[in-house]
Amino acid sequence: MNKAVSKTDSPIHRFTHSPFFIALWLALLFLPFKGLKAAGILFIVLFAAVSMLNMFKKYVGTMKGVFSDFKQYLLGRSRIKLPESKTRSIALTLLMSVVVMALPFYGHDYLIDIAVLSGIYIILAQGLNIVVGFTGLLNLGFVAFYAIGAYSYALLNTKLGMGFWASLPLSVMLVTLSGFILAIPALRLRGDYLAIVTLGFGEIVRLVLNNWDSFTKGPNGIGGIEPPNIFGMQISKLGHFYYFIIIFVLLAVFIIRRVSASRIGRAWIAIREDEIASSSIGINTTAYKLYSFAFGAFWAGLAGVLFAAKMQFVSPESFTFMESVLVLCMVILGGLGSIPGVVLGAIILVMLPEMLREVQLYRMLALGSGLVMLMIFRPQGLMGGKGVSFRG
Amino acid sequence: MYLLEVRDLTKHFGGIRAIEEVRFRAKEGSIMSIIGPNGAGKTTLFNCLTGITRPTKGAISFFDMETTGLKPDSIVKLGVARTFQNIRLFREMTVIENVMVSQHCRTRSGLLSAIIRSNNFRNEEKTIKEKALEYLELVGLEAYADTVAGSLPYGSQKRLEIARAIATEPRLILLDEPTAGMNPQETGEMMELIKKLQELGKTIILIEHDMKVVMGISENIVVLDHGVKIAEGAPEEIRKNPMVIEAYLGKEH
Repeated sequence: MNKAVSKTDSPIHRFTHSPFFIALWLALLFLPFKGLKAAGILFIVLFAAVSMLNMFKKYVGTMKGVFSDFKQYLLGRSRIKLPESKTRSIALTLLMSVVVMALPFYGHDYLIDIAVLSGIYIILAQGLNIVVGFTGLLNLGFVAFYAIGAYSYALLNTKLGMGFWASLPLSVMLVTLSGFILAIPALRLRGDYLAIVTLGFGEIVRLVLNNWDSFTKGPNGIGGIEPPNIFGMQISKLGHFYYFIIIFVLLAVFIIRRVSASRIGRAWIAIREDEIASSSIGINTTAYKLYSFAFGAFWAGLAGVLFAAKMQFVSPESFTFMESVLVLCMVILGGLGSIPGVVLGAIILVMLPEMLREVQLYRMLALGSGLVMLMIFRPQGLMGGKGVSFRG
Repeated sequence: MYLLEVRDLTKHFGGIRAIEEVRFRAKEGSIMSIIGPNGAGKTTLFNCLTGITRPTKGAISFFDMETTGLKPDSIVKLGVARTFQNIRLFREMTVIENVMVSQHCRTRSGLLSAIIRSNNFRNEEKTIKEKALEYLELVGLEAYADTVAGSLPYGSQKRLEIARAIATEPRLILLDEPTAGMNPQETGEMMELIKKLQELGKTIILIEHDMKVVMGISENIVVLDHGVKIAEGAPEEIRKNPMVIEAYLGKEH
């Protein structure tokens, strides 16, 4: 506690968190691209914006106090019952689900397409969240499991003519198994070393897919994959696929939430917090790390199958190292170990690049600097928090 | 009946002899202390007993069951729990979650029952929670159940570590410097707690530097110096033992 206080009080900390510094830093970042004049304007705008944001924060802080005093006063005066926070959150959830469920009726195809992609990434990021967020094992090659899932369905469908529902369990099982196989050698390592090994695994999978021409058609990829069927009806329309994805997203969130709130989830978090202490309270750390790896891979495999079914085409290009980094960013942005946070993180990182298309080349720069800012001001992620992060 | 038997236990780290042929036995239900100057090998001995490090030579048996070379989690299952000298709590979990996760090895519900929330699962979760509260009450932390463990004051963290150890339902508890850094009042409370654990039928071995604690509660004392056992006996004998005085204060010239 004392440490934290003294840290925020130090002059260096105050300087690096001042609007002046933030604006200057970002303006300098943009200087080589836009020239002195644009950088100058950016500096002024940012300086004003950040200062106002700070003022607004203070204002909100005081207003909150005033508001709660006022509420107390009202409650004291009359016998009107204000809606409890629980009913309010139910109302909010209902509103959100209406917005989400009705999307195909008011959104255009482009928006639905992005939403479907977000859904796939939510499942993928939730899978990685189990490994990195709950268990604390840095996996930089997570996209390998995604790739194996996508290619399993692609190959089972195009080579053996198996349908979606027959391939789904087989593919997912295959991915889970590959999770186990990677975990056995990798789990002898810790921290940075584990990260390097998983990174290598990701690259190996991509290179195999790229070079095994006779089996995977190499860089050309596999096309003509069947979309899924439900009761004989093919789900190829975007709107239908959207609902199809939503079901899987809900299933993933539901199951992962329940598992994380059980003794298995608690064991994972204990391993993240202190491995030696967890083994000395009787947790078989090796087994539970394996478990976490395989369970995470399971969801990546599912996301892969859905991806292949949606695109009806897979190629190694979709499974590069950058993709692993992107998924990791989703988890970190949302908050390590926070299930709703990771949902938000995935949606933001799929939507944002699309919304920033206007600024073309600068969007990656903008996104990157945004992430850097987040790490400075909210290192625990958007919805992660000490002691809260892992409770769903 | 001896609960724990250590025979010729030796641990070398490269050329350093951390423990050299140490042997002792602990009676069931007793409180025993291991003392010695810094670097005498006390914590290494604990690490060997709990399976964190594998001894170079020698044997450890627990109720006539060989535990040498077993992994830490298997040893916990047999009924040996410990605390750490430098507190090792799960800092970002709440106090009650720390104690709940400790019952891991005494519970068994799996993935499927967690997903469908079967009756067994719900009952088990309920029992885990009730027991956790019980253990917190024992160490006097029930009021802090929902506090984040890392934000507890030092003395409470030490007591939480003990609650976490008891939650594994051990027969033998190894306490590594339970009163280190405590003020006299906290030390007194800790001694009370240790005695309470003994009344619950637990056997306790502690590493301790505070001689008031050692002499006050232990029935048997083992003295280590440079990895070698130099004395063993009741507090009165140890107090007068010239070897022990020499190890602590140096030789008279």
